[in-house]
Amino acid sequence: MIRVEHVSIDYGGAPVVRDVSLVVPSGGWLTLIGPNGAGKTSLLKAVAGLVGHEGRIALGGVATGDLAPREVARRVAVVPQEPEVPPGMTVAEYVLLGRTPHLTYLAREGARDRRVAGEVIERLQLGALASRELGRLSGGERRRAVIGRALAQQAPILLLDEPTTSLDVGRQQEVLDLIDDLRRQDGLTVLAAMHDLTLAGQYAEELMLLVNGEMIACGRADEVLTRASIERHYGARVRVLPVLAAGRAVVPVREQRAAASEEED
Amino acid sequence: MEAATPNDGGVLQPVAVRSLRVPWRWAVVSLGALLVAIVIGVAVGPAHLSLGGIAGSVFARLPFVHRPSALTAQQESILWSLRVPRVVLGALAGGTLAVAGAAYQGTFRNPLADPYLLGAAAGAELGATLAIIFVPGQALLGVNLVAVAAFAGASLAVAGAYVLGRSAGGVRSVTSLILAGVAIAAFLTAIQTYAQQRNADQIRQVYAWLLGRLQTAGWQGVSLVAPYVVICAVVVVAHRRVLDVLQFGDDEAASLGVRPRRVRFWVVVAATLGTAAVVAVCGAIAFVGIIIPHTVRLMVGRSYRVVVPLSLALGAAFLVLADTLARVAVAPAELPIGVITALIGAPFFVVVLRSTRAAAP
Repeated sequence: MIRVEHVSIDYGGAPVVRDVSLVVPSGGWLTLIGPNGAGKTSLLKAVAGLVGHEGRIALGGVATGDLAPREVARRVAVVPQEPEVPPGMTVAEYVLLGRTPHLTYLAREGARDRRVAGEVIERLQLGALASRELGRLSGGERRRAVIGRALAQQAPILLLDEPTTSLDVGRQQEVLDLIDDLRRQDGLTVLAAMHDLTLAGQYAEELMLLVNGEMIACGRADEVLTRASIERHYGARVRVLPVLAAGRAVVPVREQRAAASEEED
Repeated sequence: MEAATPNDGGVLQPVAVRSLRVPWRWAVVSLGALLVAIVIGVAVGPAHLSLGGIAGSVFARLPFVHRPSALTAQQESILWSLRVPRVVLGALAGGTLAVAGAAYQGTFRNPLADPYLLGAAAGAELGATLAIIFVPGQALLGVNLVAVAAFAGASLAVAGAYVLGRSAGGVRSVTSLILAGVAIAAFLTAIQTYAQQRNADQIRQVYAWLLGRLQTAGWQGVSLVAPYVVICAVVVVAHRRVLDVLQFGDDEAASLGVRPRRVRFWVVVAATLGTAAVVAVCGAIAFVGIIIPHTVRLMVGRSYRVVVPLSLALGAAFLVLADTLARVAVAPAELPIGVITALIGAPFFVVVLRSTRAAAP
């Protein structure tokens, strides 16, 4: 479980997150949405213990301030937006480095670490790619490798920063379905940040809209993804269509201009 | 790493994952190269020593062996007081510079980093220049003051760069550290140049020191650098897996529970101690810290679990060979070893770069 209480973050006097509180229950999935610069990534970093903040963040009931970095890393695994993928490193080596939080400072991986990495690779169907270098993977495969490294941490909480950027629509669904399967099977708690509102609304149990570091709305997709709210906070023109039960598809619509309407006719 | 096992009937068969280590044949090759280099370094020189005679002398010094050496007393003296200590010093210096270069490249994630990145060479050169000019021929506790001053200069320069870089650092601590090193090095080099110009009498001595050389005076150089070399090698080798984690950048490394700044601090301290000791005794020998780790990366692999141990062995072998060449190329005179490392190192590196680029993706 993730509990964020009155958290504020500022970088050198510039506030990026202001007094945000949220709770993600065990096995839950909350996705942060909001325009660029809303503070989504900063909030994720704060939960991962990577940036200083005011307020309290607790993981499974323990405040992150009371935990050593290694202990935080055993509770939270991060899939960064633009991960560094050393091109010469193989998938297996990369996933195995996810065991780092379970190793003492200068230790090397043991049999158990290698077994966990092997299981993760198999589970993510990376087996055929295990000995391939990261630089030779496609975008979707690379994303799976990064998720693999995060899973090798065996942390109960998974943080995803823009897990679908630069993937085609099929790979986007593949990655999110994978995360959802893992969440259901392993009881992972997921906190994500996403720009794609349609996908965000269909996978997360709850959405939180952040604007300029402040929480604007929080709830189910049908509550948060309203046309008025998106047009106001994103400065976008959209239609919002119902999908599945509470899901919402957010479709950007080009402004009707004279030239455009002529072409349509 | 092994290939995948197919997933039959829905039963998960874990992929066999192995920890990274030096491939055994490269371990053999590098240790073999070091051995060959040592043999050549000991055997080649102005005075002729036969391989058999050298082997017999080594054998005679082993415990529980009662067979006298076939060498004359003079040959024994050349072997054990000149050649062997010089080869050992070359091996220690080469291994240290290569491993320190790898360590700097890893902690700063910068392929152009070398052991002198944070001003170690500039500091040592300033210290040595001042000692040559103001306290020529003096000793402290039996150690030439030039070496003491060079060691102090190197250590203080890096410490200064570190403090400066950290205080200005903030989020981008790596960049600010490197910039601080550049600033410190430029500043110290300016003072060194000024001091050198004002004291033209000693300019030859200073110049000879700057180009680097392996001492020929018995075992003192070896005993001076050995403790620092051991500290440097042990600490960097112990950090080889953490250096791999650091390649993800500070944020990702931290998200895996590693404290990047702390790692950087300890690795830089160890690499600096080793570098400062080597520079103090041998001068700022160039290129070893760059070309050896990169050659290993190009030929064997990029993981620091491969780069660090192999750099240690191959750096040692390289400098021993370079020094042998420095001794014999224009005998009876000697070339500065820094000239040799650059003269051989640079073209060799180009060859490696070209031949591996064909195989790269």
